[in-house]
Amino acid sequence: MSTFWIVLVVLAVAALCFVLARRRALSAVDGDQRHLHSRPNYYGFSAALWAAGPALIVLALWLALQPLVVDRSVRPLVLEEDRNAALVMSDVTRLAGGIDRAIAMGGLTAQEARGLTADGLRDRLSDFGTALASEVSPGVLEAAQRYRTIEGRGALLRSILTIGLAVGLGAFALWRVAPGFRARTSVERAILGALIAAACVAIGTTIGIVLSLIFNTIKFFGLYPAADFLFGTTWAPSFGGGSSLGILPLLWGTLYISLIALLVAVPIGLLAAIYLSEYAHRTVRAWAKPMLEVLAGIPTIVYGLFALLTVGPLLMDVFGPGGALGVRWMGGGTSVMTAGLVMGIMLIPFVSSLSDDIINAVPQSMRDGSLGLGATQSETVKQVILPAALPGIVGAVLLAASRAIGETMIVVLGAGAAARLDLNPFEAMTTVTAKIVSQLTGDADFSSPEALVAFALGMTLFVITLILNVFALWIVRRYREQYE
Amino acid sequence: MNDMRLGDRAKQMDDTKIRARGVNVFYGDNHAIKDVDVDIADRMVTAFIGPSGCGKSTFLRCLNRMNDTISACKITGEIKIDDQNIYDSRVDPVQLRAKVGMVFQKPNPFPKSIYDNVAYGPRIHGLAKNRKEMDEIVERALRRGAIWNEVKDRLHAPATGLSGGQQQRICIARAVATEPEVLLMDEPCSALDPIATAQVEELIDELRQNFSVVIVTHSMQQAARVSQRTAFFHLGDLVEYGETGTIFTNPEDSRTESYISGRIG
Amino acid sequence: MTDIPEGGAHPQQDGPRRGSLFAENPRIKARNRAEKRFRAYGIAAISIAMAFLCVLLFSIVKNGLPAFTQTYIQVDVTLDQEVLDPDATGDPAVIAQKTTFSYAPLIQAALVDRLAQSGIETEVTPDRLARILSSGAAAQLRNHVLANPEVVGETVEFDLLASSRVDGYMKGRVTREALARDPNLDAAHLEIIDALKAEGSVERRFNLDFITGTDASDSRPEEAGLGASVLGSFYMMLVVLLLALPIGVAASIYLEEFAPENRFTDLIEVNISNLAAVPSIVFGILGLAAFIQFAHLPASAPLVGGLVLTLMTLPTIIISTRASLRAVPPSIRDAALGVGASKMQATMHHVLPLAMPGILTGTILGLAQALGETAPLLLIGMVGFIASEYPDSFTSGFTDPNSAMPAQIYEWAKRADPAYYERAWGGIIVLLAFLLLMNIVAVLLRRRFERRW
Repeated sequence: MSTFWIVLVVLAVAALCFVLARRRALSAVDGDQRHLHSRPNYYGFSAALWAAGPALIVLALWLALQPLVVDRSVRPLVLEEDRNAALVMSDVTRLAGGIDRAIAMGGLTAQEARGLTADGLRDRLSDFGTALASEVSPGVLEAAQRYRTIEGRGALLRSILTIGLAVGLGAFALWRVAPGFRARTSVERAILGALIAAACVAIGTTIGIVLSLIFNTIKFFGLYPAADFLFGTTWAPSFGGGSSLGILPLLWGTLYISLIALLVAVPIGLLAAIYLSEYAHRTVRAWAKPMLEVLAGIPTIVYGLFALLTVGPLLMDVFGPGGALGVRWMGGGTSVMTAGLVMGIMLIPFVSSLSDDIINAVPQSMRDGSLGLGATQSETVKQVILPAALPGIVGAVLLAASRAIGETMIVVLGAGAAARLDLNPFEAMTTVTAKIVSQLTGDADFSSPEALVAFALGMTLFVITLILNVFALWIVRRYREQYE
Repeated sequence: MNDMRLGDRAKQMDDTKIRARGVNVFYGDNHAIKDVDVDIADRMVTAFIGPSGCGKSTFLRCLNRMNDTISACKITGEIKIDDQNIYDSRVDPVQLRAKVGMVFQKPNPFPKSIYDNVAYGPRIHGLAKNRKEMDEIVERALRRGAIWNEVKDRLHAPATGLSGGQQQRICIARAVATEPEVLLMDEPCSALDPIATAQVEELIDELRQNFSVVIVTHSMQQAARVSQRTAFFHLGDLVEYGETGTIFTNPEDSRTESYISGRIG
Repeated sequence: MTDIPEGGAHPQQDGPRRGSLFAENPRIKARNRAEKRFRAYGIAAISIAMAFLCVLLFSIVKNGLPAFTQTYIQVDVTLDQEVLDPDATGDPAVIAQKTTFSYAPLIQAALVDRLAQSGIETEVTPDRLARILSSGAAAQLRNHVLANPEVVGETVEFDLLASSRVDGYMKGRVTREALARDPNLDAAHLEIIDALKAEGSVERRFNLDFITGTDASDSRPEEAGLGASVLGSFYMMLVVLLLALPIGVAASIYLEEFAPENRFTDLIEVNISNLAAVPSIVFGILGLAAFIQFAHLPASAPLVGGLVLTLMTLPTIIISTRASLRAVPPSIRDAALGVGASKMQATMHHVLPLAMPGILTGTILGLAQALGETAPLLLIGMVGFIASEYPDSFTSGFTDPNSAMPAQIYEWAKRADPAYYERAWGGIIVLLAFLLLMNIVAVLLRRRFERRW
């Protein structure tokens, strides 16, 4: 029985329980609702939840775990094949699927399927729309047969267990229906459980991120010495082996670009926020703020393209060979400056809206106090508001820095691909994020150090941004509390 | 104390510091102050009283152009300090506010040290030539603010850590430190407990020696205690203005009488 | 009072103690100059930001608009029966056996005829003549014939796609000098185009295929379209909407209405605020490791993309949903509780409906953010030459390899041909149009249902 049908049956059982429980509750009080603890529908929902909830949870768990169990039991059979185990396993599953399909289309009886031999199997299956990459070896066939047996047994057990659970618990819930039964409470408890589960998705995501980074990073450090990764000054991956995978040039590029981005974004964003909240007329603010938000709403791929195709060539015209300045600082359109400048533009609205919140959190009485003493507006801003808002602004800058460090598309398109430890901002450099993309896209073999290094890079990135974020959020929260 | 004040009242009647004529204030469509004329005497405490929303604070804020910071606010008429119209286009509100200091309803010390709070005004106005002069200015201001003894050992502690009454006296010292001629006080005791209130009231009486003080209060007792002259505002009108004693004992206008006897408020 | 200055330490002059209000002293002048300077810095900052925005929008529009038009060349092609259906069977199956290779000579012959007809002299050899047309022109011809087998043997007038170089010449992107080192096209070809254009046979017109079509290979930028990846984005957004909205709302209700103040709640809060700031590429790594390597979901599938984007947008949606829930005043809850509703009933019957407009606005904005996100999609394989076919059915829309709008734009930006750059800019216009639409809907929703308490 396929999953779809199991779910359908379980839902049908639940619907039946709903109707029966509702009727039973009403008949227990001779149709007079007032004698029930809860409204009749709650009795129905309670029974339906008992029937469907546990059954569906068990089904989901089963579906998640069965592939692991099957894999563990089949994999030893194909270990002697001198090929990549993952590839063989995919052959096995495809072969098993092919045999099943052949049976479903009537080309094989179940009896015949059990006695199949490897010879010519590929051609036979191709008649039923299953294309196998190579001839079937006896080992693979045996594994496929084992696979089919376990899968079949699993499917049967799964159906029995799930539907049995639904019927059993449904009956139990029906039996419990009585006028004094607190149906609403039990339904609400179930809903609350679902709400908590939803809230836990956030925790699950974090755990998922951490686990997927840690496991692969450990795998990487098994293949490549951690010290060389952390302190290596050259980045030269070659998929043939003998790569040097030092993170320092990438970190340097990341920090250099982020620095330039912050040098652009922080003064402009901060001054814009100050002007808009302290000086600008209402109509100016009504226009300028949404305009800045437009900058914030533009996807990063647009900024990436802008860096690659507009800003890069523009900078080349100024700083490149034959450019307006007559200097030859720039060798190509992609450079630290290109990416940093564009990233700075991207961060302006981020900095300005955060600063705006923070500046507005400084109480009006501070401004009044200063102006009342005969300070000019700029003196008030510089000597009272900014010092008061400083912790918050530091937090905002840190958040912006974390954004800059984690930004991907702008550096992938605008910064270049060469890993370099250099001071010239017009030189192409590359970043942690850009290298994660380049090492994990394409037909990389996920067990090679060259691909696994991306997870170690991801880990580094995650740790750096996490520290920045936690610190920044802590500062900002403490700052807010000060004025609440 | 009251006896002394009665004596003062007779002495300084003629010395007008601020002369307001035909002042109207509009907040958008709301006519907040209606054609107010008032003369405020030098070296005297003038109290503005009246029910909430009567315009007394608004009028106070006109006297040092603090209403300029509210864009919807429009003011007509003339207010002269020492015969110079403060709404003249040549007047820089910054310069005016150095001359007319202000203390606010809630104590609003800057999140800086006590010393820096008091030194803020003298610094921006460039009143001290060197560190030593600044120390003197700060000390003098704190003494005038009647708080020197309480804070002299912790001048560099944050002002926000003081009690409400102390903070308000720091704010008064801060306003005094810039050597203003007029001191405006917008319900300076409304956020304070009775003991702190008594201290500040006593301080106001001392300040009268050097400044012309205008105080907005919703407490009639306070007005009676600290002021020599009282102006009663009602719904944007200046209903009655005169000697504090007269206003409280023998008001001319029936509205004033109703307010003082507690029938409107 | 002990604090009184001894002997009135301050000099007590009569009359005004300071200078006239009308006379600005030098210090005030300097301070006012500083004030003006500071103000100017603020204005400069705003202007610079606005200038950046203008330059950005200008370069998008300027570079992207040409992508919406395409050059076509009108040619009369004789669909020679000898070549296509030598036995005159008229059987579509027989005609279908002829590949595009059989059509290429027909096009070449048609072009030679066309030039002869107009008396255009050229040094281009006949075998290189067809390079003014897209290499997809033969397929265009073949598709027409397969759809209408009865035209075999007739001469039919076709509007064939011009090659990307010719298109670029028409749009002013390609110049004769630039062609000097181009192996595909010579300046002589352009002479032909000029001559044909003079006769009105070369035409640039609106190209709907750019919006609805599929991706094309590196050598045929003139045929590439965004349609398949728009569908990819659509299916992803469907996944995000179906998962992120219920989960996000449920989580927000719990945190805002039910959660006790304890360590566990703090843990969830910290997690949400941190996830909101985790770089998007890290979510891509999560998707690759958890969904593809661990759970064996199909790579490059919009389903996986949707799952990753769901996890990524959840914090955004939770934060905005909580703000909407918080905006419902406590008096509403008290009123419901006061008539005997349970806390759950009060929340579900009163608070949630009142917060719904705000929740939907936040969700739409979250979706807009997800729609523009690229980096995580690169890691789960939604990039490369994969948006070349439409999904067969609704379910395969979720599971078949596909790209998404921003990933397709990235893919085009990587192909070094300037004709693809133009398409990338054009793709951005389409993407921004979608984002604009979503934002307008969100704003209208907010306006329509905004409630002030």
